[in-house]
Amino acid sequence: MTAVTTTTAPAPPAAVEEEEHQVRRRRRLSPGRRLPASRLLGPALVLVLWAAASAAGRLDPGAIPAPWTVLETGVRLWTDGTLPDDILTSLRRAGSGFAIGLTAGVVLALASGLSRTGEALIDGSVQLNRAVPTLGLIPLFILWLGIGETFKIAIIAIVVYIPIYLNTHSALSGIDHRFVELAEVQGLSRLAFVRQVVVPGALPGFFVGLRLGVTGSWLGLVVLEQINATSGLGYMMFQAQNYGQTDVILVGLVVYGIFGLVSDTLVRLIERRVLSWRRTLSS
Amino acid sequence: MAPHTEQLTRPAVRLRGLTRSFEGRTVLDDIDLDLPAGQFTALLGHSGSGKSTLLRAVAGIDHGVAGSGTLTAPEKVSVVFQDSRLLPWRRVLPNVLLGLDGADAEERGRQALFEVGLGGRERAWPSELSGGEAQRAALARSLVREPELLLADEPFGALDALTRIKMHALLRELWERHRPSVLLVTHDVDEAVVLADRVLVLSRGRIEVDLMVDREGPHSHGEYRARLLQALGVTDTGAGAPGPPLRP
Repeated sequence: MTAVTTTTAPAPPAAVEEEEHQVRRRRRLSPGRRLPASRLLGPALVLVLWAAASAAGRLDPGAIPAPWTVLETGVRLWTDGTLPDDILTSLRRAGSGFAIGLTAGVVLALASGLSRTGEALIDGSVQLNRAVPTLGLIPLFILWLGIGETFKIAIIAIVVYIPIYLNTHSALSGIDHRFVELAEVQGLSRLAFVRQVVVPGALPGFFVGLRLGVTGSWLGLVVLEQINATSGLGYMMFQAQNYGQTDVILVGLVVYGIFGLVSDTLVRLIERRVLSWRRTLSS
Repeated sequence: MAPHTEQLTRPAVRLRGLTRSFEGRTVLDDIDLDLPAGQFTALLGHSGSGKSTLLRAVAGIDHGVAGSGTLTAPEKVSVVFQDSRLLPWRRVLPNVLLGLDGADAEERGRQALFEVGLGGRERAWPSELSGGEAQRAALARSLVREPELLLADEPFGALDALTRIKMHALLRELWERHRPSVLLVTHDVDEAVVLADRVLVLSRGRIEVDLMVDREGPHSHGEYRARLLQALGVTDTGAGAPGPPLRP
């Protein structure tokens, strides 16, 4: 062991010695280590500036009310019962539309991804559907379904199913051919192949679609409630616009923001849990 | 060449007039071949010589390839690929058990992992394994099914030289214990001579050389090596010449 180490130890000849110099670390080009809680820093700073400007009287309270005014309005709307009602109505709409869209997206993607007949029938139709902006379908759907809840849920479902279908389908058809070959060699039945190879392999794509679908459901909700509704958060904000109540509009925006954050976090948590095998790659 | 000592009864694999072609180019040209049960055969050839095509034909996974001829192979066939092909979303043990059911499957899977030196790694994710470990797991996956025929398509091609030597010893040891027929496709002449009892050279769609390797016999590793390199059209100056092999 020692004999080996002596031969590997560098022994520079005397002539080279003067050219030898201390190794200096190169300048780091990557941004370096992340600051703790860095993501919250920006929003917190904005909030502080907003509060400071309001307190100093530099903001027109009619255009941008102070943070505490928004908070007070929120509490008032909550205690008199209008805000919980509106939130519930909105959540029910978004939830029903999302559930239908999710189911439709997954079922259609499976049917089209697993059989050539399914692909021939479904894929082209969905691609066409996707080319038409869904919100452009609103007038037609109002004539078909009236301006009740059905039409709103239908529109949200369409907004949701498209990204879920597209991403799940492309993940299904993009399953590594080597794994298909492996499944054949191991003598897997068709059902076992779908359950053990296809579905787990397509899950990452499905989750991309799911997150887009969640975002889409909120977007659809906002648009629908602001043009054709007599209840819900969007309606509340629309009314506030008529009466110039900026604070109420801001309360609505905060609630929308919380919806978006919570649902996205939820999807991420599920994704982390279901795709736990992927974590080992990044860690 | 030295005759093979074991007289083998029925062939495990039997090819008659096997022909395969891709877009009009004949890759396998009317091949007749018998692989006796329990024999370790290596199939050598240049890249593109059709050796993988032959293996895939025997494995029955050459969908959509034009061809003719008859082919019989045992019921229980396992394949080891060049990549380990472990499903990244399953832990090691479930990967080994892929396509296997029965009450004792799990115990057999553990046993197979132990045999390839991966005992205790049952719950690891494939991404946590090194290249050699992943290939060991792939070997366990093919072993656990107790194959009568093991097909291996350059299984060590992606491993580093040191790991490859260890894997050679492991494969040979596993073969001696379980005695499946083995068809090992490789482009490594040394690997073929070290591992196999019989070496075939595939060239221009035909089996050009069929050589029995007798380790106890009078011929050295170097002589077999030289003979095979010559058949492959590689002129190897020095190392292949008759005389003591570089590493006895």
